[in-house]
Amino acid sequence: MRSSGDVTTLANASASGSATPIAQLRGITKRFPNVVANDAVDLDLFPGEVHALLGENGAGKSTLMKILYGFYSCDDGSIRIDDEEARISSPLEARKLGIGMVFQVFTLIPAMTVAENIALYVPALPVTFDARSVSQTINELGDKYGLRVDPGATVRDLAIGDQQKVEVLKLLVGQARILIFDEATRVLAPHEIEGLFEIFEMLKKDGYAIVFITHKMREVLACADRITVMKRGRISGTIGGRGATESALIELMFGGAVPDQVAKGGSEVLGDPILELQGVSTHAEGIGVGLRDVDLAIRAGEIAGVAGVSGNGQRELGDVILGLTACARGRRRILGADATSWSAGRIRSSGVGFVPEDSLGMGVVPWMTLAQNAALGNVEAYARHGGVSIDWEHVQRDIATSFDELSFEPLEAWVPVRTFSGGQLQRAVLSRELGRHPRLFIASYPTRGLDVRSAIATRRVLVDLRDRGGGVLLISEDLDELCRLSDRLLVLRDGRIVGEFLPHEIDRHKIGHLMTDSGGKDA
Amino acid sequence: MRRVWAKVVGSLKKGWSIAVARYAMILAIALIAYAAVLFLAGKDPIKAYADTFSFALGTSYGFSEVLVRMIPLLLTAVAVAIPSRLGLINVGGEGQLYMGAWLATWGAITFTSLPQSVFIPVLIVMGFVGGGCWAAIAGFLRARGWVNETITTLLMNYIAPLIVGYSVYGMWRSREVGSAAFPQTVAFPDAARLPRFFGTRVHLGLILGLVALLAFWFVMARTKWGLKMRAIGGNPEAARRLGIRLGLYIVVVMFIAGGIAGLAGMAEVTALHGRLRAGFSPGYGFMGFLISWLSGGSPLGILVMSFVLAIVFSGGTLLQITQGVPFSAINVLMAIILFVVLANPRFSLAVLKRGLTVRGRWQ
Repeated sequence: MRSSGDVTTLANASASGSATPIAQLRGITKRFPNVVANDAVDLDLFPGEVHALLGENGAGKSTLMKILYGFYSCDDGSIRIDDEEARISSPLEARKLGIGMVFQVFTLIPAMTVAENIALYVPALPVTFDARSVSQTINELGDKYGLRVDPGATVRDLAIGDQQKVEVLKLLVGQARILIFDEATRVLAPHEIEGLFEIFEMLKKDGYAIVFITHKMREVLACADRITVMKRGRISGTIGGRGATESALIELMFGGAVPDQVAKGGSEVLGDPILELQGVSTHAEGIGVGLRDVDLAIRAGEIAGVAGVSGNGQRELGDVILGLTACARGRRRILGADATSWSAGRIRSSGVGFVPEDSLGMGVVPWMTLAQNAALGNVEAYARHGGVSIDWEHVQRDIATSFDELSFEPLEAWVPVRTFSGGQLQRAVLSRELGRHPRLFIASYPTRGLDVRSAIATRRVLVDLRDRGGGVLLISEDLDELCRLSDRLLVLRDGRIVGEFLPHEIDRHKIGHLMTDSGGKDA
Repeated sequence: MRRVWAKVVGSLKKGWSIAVARYAMILAIALIAYAAVLFLAGKDPIKAYADTFSFALGTSYGFSEVLVRMIPLLLTAVAVAIPSRLGLINVGGEGQLYMGAWLATWGAITFTSLPQSVFIPVLIVMGFVGGGCWAAIAGFLRARGWVNETITTLLMNYIAPLIVGYSVYGMWRSREVGSAAFPQTVAFPDAARLPRFFGTRVHLGLILGLVALLAFWFVMARTKWGLKMRAIGGNPEAARRLGIRLGLYIVVVMFIAGGIAGLAGMAEVTALHGRLRAGFSPGYGFMGFLISWLSGGSPLGILVMSFVLAIVFSGGTLLQITQGVPFSAINVLMAIILFVVLANPRFSLAVLKRGLTVRGRWQ
């Protein structure tokens, strides 16, 4: 264990050696109903350094930065910018003070060009908009910081990584000096993340202060000069980035109680296929891609992982198995029976459960309580007198049993689920779905946006289900997770399965190239 | 558990007092604005209001007339409130009301020899089916993902009165001596007249309305169907994933909602007019929409608001007679009320979210 001594000494030293902080947050306190999001938080930001804010979901990282950005007002505390007291009551004022923020969800207008999007952000936009001078600025900044984007391109046509570059350019053109990135890597592919960190390096040299909010330890260690760890609204410590280790950070995040990592059990004898897709194609809906000629079998007692850059048919694959999309061609078989024309309800009642990619948006009714949502998972089982009333006691018993089986901390049953944190919500959905003891479980990005502890709990649950003889389809964008859990790893690109690996055959580079259809392909 | 319960009850009570204060304020603002309109038209607003309220609440005849007015408002408001729980916007109460009346009329002038004990249930079914099928068309188009139900129900409001008009000007036109000059059907047989109570014009429709309201509350709050419907309204994506048959629910709910609006039309023609006339509804269906909106789809709110607007409505008739204010001036008041509600988006939002849900702390 590292001594806590160097934790505090490093806290006051800036990586670049510059003595005056560009921003000083003192005693920031923010209370929401039921929760203190920030409790007397102090934080200094120095020019020329990447400052990572690390913590579990709900630790108060985003809230703190949204206060700095004027999105929330704090109940208590003060902010000094350039050693002057600042009252930041709106994002507009924050921008005037040189503070800019890139949100998890981009704020670009897809139909407009890069130049137009950026011009919208310029503080003193002239009445007539001179596309050429804006484009010139974009190109100059782009060359300087490795943010090359075609100013005339329509944002809709850009890759996610390039869209993020536009977000950064916006802040630079708007003369921001403090750049806040809220979970900026969530949507990026591995090589795009590396690109972002290179951009950080270049910005740093010119004295920009960068705040990088995340809960991924690996990224923090890769890019941060200083790391501040938050826990339940307080700062539990600040470490210099160069000297930080994963164990020291986990120590700060969890205070010694480091959750177990999941170990992958050896695959035993596989059972019969629970689900088979035979040459399934679907029609593309909206901007999505259709599946093309997918053959897939998930057997009892295995976790089949699906890797791929998001938007390559993952959602469609999950939907077609759950019966939400019809097979345009091919057949779907469940437990040996032809289920091609089964409704979503029939497939569900035949023992198929799911965790959607967005639990709040696709898995629950946000304003309903935990109990109501749990009842919705299996209405027929709880209906009394033919449906005229619902046996709420039964629902509550089942919730308790399910939470107990999964060894989750219990949650309040009569509170709307939208008040839950990401991890709590995921536990609510998992307990509802696994309480029915499904034979087949479709997990779409089950750990996305979850803190370390919730993510580990979720993975443990999937492995348990597999060990008890269930079949699991794990769709994820986290290659580490896929490699660790999958008994078989499929790669999806453009709606096709383009590769299949057994655990001992897994080669990350090969998978990466298959995912992106880039060079370096052998055979 | 008890702590949570106490909290829920506490926030409910708080929600109530806020709701009552807001409704009172809306009405006050609207009445003051309307008073200004009356004043500008050279009438005496204070006298007008005094007349209205003393007539409506001070005399038994006036009160019974308020109840008569309230029946179609109540029914059409329920017809809007039910689909709104699924996130559907049914603007077609007026058209559904006309079609309910139309099919009931066909029944009334076709099965003339039925005894009343059979005739009334037949008419109720006819009214329900007429309005229900009309609305189910919109429901089907929506369930298929073809056309938005707001558009179809709104536009079908213009078709239904024309069908009624076509019938009463054409095949169903009365040949009776004296009444043939009017576009109307023959008088219905006595057995086809909905029973009235206590020697007033208050009729069976009031019972139908209250039953519909009660059933609406019970089904939504207590039953498995209500749970599923609220889930569809709360998050259709999740509902679909949980295996709820969205399309089926949309069509069935639109049928039931339209049916309830159809009952309003059936009750109007069989209890009050005793024959079908062109343009018999002064916009009850639209008023129902306003009521459902104002009350945020809450059953008690619908009851209260339909009573209040029934007073306003019968006040319109009264003022037409006593002060020479045209009846359509009442539409000015209705519009003002709507404006006051819409002017405060936070209020409107709160209204939309409220209803049978637990008024929780997240608000």
